[in-house]
Amino acid sequence: MALNTIDRTARQLVLTVQDYSIFAWNALLNFFRPPIYWTDFLMQSDIIGVGSLSIVVLSGISTGGVLALQSAATLSAFGATAVTGQFVSLTMIRELGPVLTGVMVSGRNASSMASELGSMVVTEQIDAMRALGVDPLRKLVTPRIFASIAMLFFLTIVADACGIIGGGAVTVFMNHQNGTQYFNMAWEHLRGPDIIQGLIKPLFFGYILGSIGCFYGMRTTGGTQGVGRSTIQAVVISSVLIIFVDFLITHVLLTIFT
Amino acid sequence: MDVPSILTAPEPLHETVPVVELRHVGIAFDGPPVLVDVSFTVAPGETRILLGPAGVGKSVLLKLINGLLLPDAGSVLLFGEEINSMTEEELFPIRARTGMVFQEGALFDSLTVRDNVAYQLIQNSRIPDEEIDARVLEALRFVGLEQTFLSYPASLSGGMRRRVAIARALINNPELLLYDSPTGGLDPITSTNIIELIVKQRDVHRTPSLLVTHRLQDAFTLCTHRFDPEKNAMTPLPRGVTDPNTTFLMLDEGRLIFNGSLHDLLHSADPFVREFLE
Repeated sequence: MALNTIDRTARQLVLTVQDYSIFAWNALLNFFRPPIYWTDFLMQSDIIGVGSLSIVVLSGISTGGVLALQSAATLSAFGATAVTGQFVSLTMIRELGPVLTGVMVSGRNASSMASELGSMVVTEQIDAMRALGVDPLRKLVTPRIFASIAMLFFLTIVADACGIIGGGAVTVFMNHQNGTQYFNMAWEHLRGPDIIQGLIKPLFFGYILGSIGCFYGMRTTGGTQGVGRSTIQAVVISSVLIIFVDFLITHVLLTIFT
Repeated sequence: MDVPSILTAPEPLHETVPVVELRHVGIAFDGPPVLVDVSFTVAPGETRILLGPAGVGKSVLLKLINGLLLPDAGSVLLFGEEINSMTEEELFPIRARTGMVFQEGALFDSLTVRDNVAYQLIQNSRIPDEEIDARVLEALRFVGLEQTFLSYPASLSGGMRRRVAIARALINNPELLLYDSPTGGLDPITSTNIIELIVKQRDVHRTPSLLVTHRLQDAFTLCTHRFDPEKNAMTPLPRGVTDPNTTFLMLDEGRLIFNGSLHDLLHSADPFVREFLE
């Protein structure tokens, strides 16, 4: 009995991964084959980008501030509080900016995509769209994925900037250190590979959150309860995947750049 | 407008190439088969009423005809083309030739009635806005809902939503209409209004159609009434006369157990048919 359950679960998992791969690949290809729904892309960019701006700014400032507080406390033991700026900027740009933004935007938008598309599935709106001769993958999924990629790229830059500013504010007003020194250290020690690392990651994270959100939305079954289930799955799986893929990308990029 | 007089019985159509043909179709999901060895045709100008209790596979059958689901066995021919082996992209132009009215209307919540009705025109063609507006108004006038042009589906009643769904299905002058329980969950007066629209479409445009329902009253009304353009209303056929182009199918436990006219249905010896009618 237990073996049967394991067998069924494993088969289900493999099938889900297979379905997701086909779904995500087709959605990606659609961006290079007409018709491309630019209006939907712009609308989704507004919802994802502008709509997520406030949470990204707030979490960026708070994270930068916490980093400055924690690092200053540790660095002071070695008489190295001067490198707080370098520590904050490198951590924000290489790691926390992309990952935190990815997870925050995933919490807001992967869930919204899954619930919106899920509701459309259970009310037969997706079937109606197909019956009217419109491909839901092109019309609904592809614009959401590409808007996620494009907007996460810019939101990560905003989060990085806010984190460094937040760290600076804590350094100056709470740790009573020199602001010029903080910003000089933050800027001077930044290298091209650090920035490239920080800007490549959101492209992958945007793809993950958009495709996972849409995938779980489009395969919703079981009425309103099913919509809730899809929403939870979308948020949990996209967040975990973002953190796992971050590990892989970091490993690959560090190998390339060192 | 070629609408027969109500004083004479309607003539049966003699065209033979079917618009829809199902050959030994079967489908199963996670469990026992939903449909088993289902075969029937819908001829040009013909209206077929698919009867059966809830959960017997009627809606699944409708989705198979439109290629929204693919059968596990048998073949589905739509406009003479076998659609089983077609890709989703190949199916879009064929689906665009059909109109489908879903169970709950399936209107797009975020769009106005105008954009819902015009959806196919907006997405699939480059028709000027003025022409789109004119065609939407014409379709809405057909269902008696011109005043809802700029309303959102959420502000409409259940019956109005179904009528908008019918307008959406009609706007592109479909060659086949599929109605999935268009009166389900509606009060008797609204149901009769919806049936009147279906009779009007049948008699005015002669569009072949397949209507799924479990309401016998609606099915019999369709068979025993015709649309009178002079009165602009549905009127009963003379006593004993039925529309020869409106025939019945009945499903039970995934199998087609009846295929014939109203007369055959009423005189069927099948115990399930008898029980369903009684």
